[in-house]
Amino acid sequence: MNNFYKDNDRLKRQMTHPMMKRIVALKEEGYTQSREYRSAPENFADAVDSYDKVMEVMGEICANTIARNAFDVDAEGPHCEGGRVTYASGTQRNHEILTRSGLYGLTQPRQYDGLNFPTVMFVMASEMVARADAGFGNIWSLQGCVDIIREFGDEELKAEFIPRIARGETCSMDLTEPDAGSDLQSAMLKATWSEERGMWLLNGVKRFITNGDADIKLVLARSESGTTDARGLSCFVYDRNWGGVTVRRIEHKMGIKGSPTCELAFNNAPAKLLGSRGLGLIKYVMSMMNGARLDIGSQSVGIMEAALREAVRYANERRQFGVPIATFPAVYSMLSNMQAKLDGARALLYETARYVDIAKLLAAKKDLTDDERAEMRRASKYADMFTPMLKLMAGEYSNQVAYDAVQVYGGSGFIKEFLVERLYRDARVTTLYEGTSQMQVVAAARYAASGVLLNRIREYEADAAVMDVGVKAKVRLRKMTDEFEHMCSAVAAMEAEGKSYHARNLVEMGARIVISYLLLMDSKSDSRAALSAAVYLDMAEAQNLQAVAAITASGDKEQLESMKEMFVKADCGCK
Amino acid sequence: MKGLKIAVLVKQVTDTRETVEAKVGADGTIDRNALPAICNPDDLNALEQALRLKDRIEGSQVILISMGPQRAEEVLREGIYRGADEGILLSDRRFAGADTMATSYALAMAARKINPDLILSGRQSIDGDTAHVGPQTAQWLGWPQVTYAEQINPCDDGRIEVRRISDDEVQTVRTTLPAVVTVGGSSADECRPCNVRRILDYKKQPVTVWTVDDLGGDMARYGLSGSPTQVVDSRTIVAEHKDTAWIGSDEEALSQFVAQLVESHIVE
Repeated sequence: MNNFYKDNDRLKRQMTHPMMKRIVALKEEGYTQSREYRSAPENFADAVDSYDKVMEVMGEICANTIARNAFDVDAEGPHCEGGRVTYASGTQRNHEILTRSGLYGLTQPRQYDGLNFPTVMFVMASEMVARADAGFGNIWSLQGCVDIIREFGDEELKAEFIPRIARGETCSMDLTEPDAGSDLQSAMLKATWSEERGMWLLNGVKRFITNGDADIKLVLARSESGTTDARGLSCFVYDRNWGGVTVRRIEHKMGIKGSPTCELAFNNAPAKLLGSRGLGLIKYVMSMMNGARLDIGSQSVGIMEAALREAVRYANERRQFGVPIATFPAVYSMLSNMQAKLDGARALLYETARYVDIAKLLAAKKDLTDDERAEMRRASKYADMFTPMLKLMAGEYSNQVAYDAVQVYGGSGFIKEFLVERLYRDARVTTLYEGTSQMQVVAAARYAASGVLLNRIREYEADAAVMDVGVKAKVRLRKMTDEFEHMCSAVAAMEAEGKSYHARNLVEMGARIVISYLLLMDSKSDSRAALSAAVYLDMAEAQNLQAVAAITASGDKEQLESMKEMFVKADCGCK
Repeated sequence: MKGLKIAVLVKQVTDTRETVEAKVGADGTIDRNALPAICNPDDLNALEQALRLKDRIEGSQVILISMGPQRAEEVLREGIYRGADEGILLSDRRFAGADTMATSYALAMAARKINPDLILSGRQSIDGDTAHVGPQTAQWLGWPQVTYAEQINPCDDGRIEVRRISDDEVQTVRTTLPAVVTVGGSSADECRPCNVRRILDYKKQPVTVWTVDDLGGDMARYGLSGSPTQVVDSRTIVAEHKDTAWIGSDEEALSQFVAQLVESHIVE
């Protein structure tokens, strides 16, 4: 039997990362839950054993059901009829087996029928699902929407909605509107309080809503009439059983075809307010978006894992000039770059997930000590910084890796019957949705500007310094960090336009150094990581030098002005 | 119908479906340690039928019985993770060397101790392929037996109705309880997956182990002494092909091909 968990030794390693002891102890409230729940672990080893067993079931289902259905799901896609969505038949089977196996509700508390697993384990499950079928990955990952009910909802709302996840009910987050994409604060869907029904009523249109016909919806809507900014927006929970939302159509997409992307009409749809009015976008949706960005990180890594495996297999099967093409430097260099990007993105994925865990678990804990409060602030800062960096880097890398996988296949990769063709299409969306790469740069740039990123890099530098790994690599990384510091100052001295223009260079420089350190530290106990660390560092060094050159050369205001002049036109002739 | 106590006989086998050349020695024997040990596939079909009866008849209970070394408790755990209530492992050096006769005696003795209303087993195992154990168990107990079943439904009068498949027909038969039914074949419903919640609940629960002493009965019928089967010789049969014929996929070509096979007495 194939198994996406057992065939990938990179996954189990994550369970025993040094930070995991702290994460699991927090999640299990010092292992006190085992007194009340038979399924709760008694200690760290017991917890890891449970994670291992559950991931094994997940890995088996991903390999033997979801991956096998993926080709047909891509071809068939979901259907929309009478305002309702029907999943492709393979999608239905995927969803059913995951439900029957008890895998939904992985991270939810036991009192709401969840398994109480940490985010790190959810990320691992999502990564495997995406390796099998990235489109189905969305339907799986969107269960995370109820996290904001858990974090910000009242007891009644939690008891009403969270246990339904374990029963296989699906979720969607309804944010985007025709005129509110990246700029969500201009959302106009209207929420009005109905005295008569004792509920809020939603009216308007949402667009590009993934899994739009879900059982449970989290909807961003304008509850404060007369406002036009973020402060007028609130977050609502809608239950499909209440009626009032119809699916107008499903988009015809390039990839992730199994995941229905819907245009929705809200017509006096009843809904319940989540948390406080006016905090919808500012607090709750931002939190939900961060969760979704982490999910896209997992999705990107899953796609890369699938693409690299396909490419390696093909490169060994395909013979030209009498030998497998994997023997050619032109091919194995491509494969090793792909491997380095995959390992690097995965390292950043789990690092981010660990900080998300610590930050969220401490935020939910009562009576924090001073030390814990400091720990929470630190973890929460790093979670907020790493999440957009991960989404940016992993999304871009998954596109590059899928592109190279097609390249390894040559002309065959262009043919629909090969998996890499679908992976190439599926990867494309990872830099677009849940905030484009450009929006991730905006979110991450403030940490480059404030010095938080540099400080974290210096901490990695100190951690690595005492480790018996890559002496030369450490020297090179120190030099790269000095350059990064220098560029941070150079950009800080620029005017707003220049800062914004070079934000991506700066964020990527920092991200590449972070990833290099993570790989370097991993390589202590893992020879494959050592190779990836070396390949990645070469790549990072060259690209950082390029960024230095770009920042140094095009810092002057005049050049930016003339570029802008060339492309910003009153009449672009494209009407 | 009142709740049924259902015993399901399961066996841990080597996954011969994954046998590849590297794992078969020069003498044709299989390196068992190199292959995964799994629950016999037909036994999982039997378990699914037991679990469906349990779903439909309130108060029912599903108990797995397996005979084998300590390691065989893996298949009992797997069965519990899929939905069975309990597992009993018959494990004792004195069971060693058992053929199907001695195995079915031990299973029948265990069943007597449990006193089930219904015993289900897989049609046959993928390692021995004898399809003896279910029928022999029924024989020891003196119970009616139905073989090659794919579906079992309860009747209002306390009997069960079994849909059984043979090469060229489908039969629906009814039997009183207690009875033994063997389940399997390509059309039997696949077993439900392991439920991770059950894994977490039961992973630490010890499996009950019974020895010969727990079963009692005629000691001479256990293990090697209770096994009349003598293996005289074992050889690897390699089918070789002489001719290759390419036939078209249209109706006419196929009919012609079948006619040829009949003519040459390959099929009748």
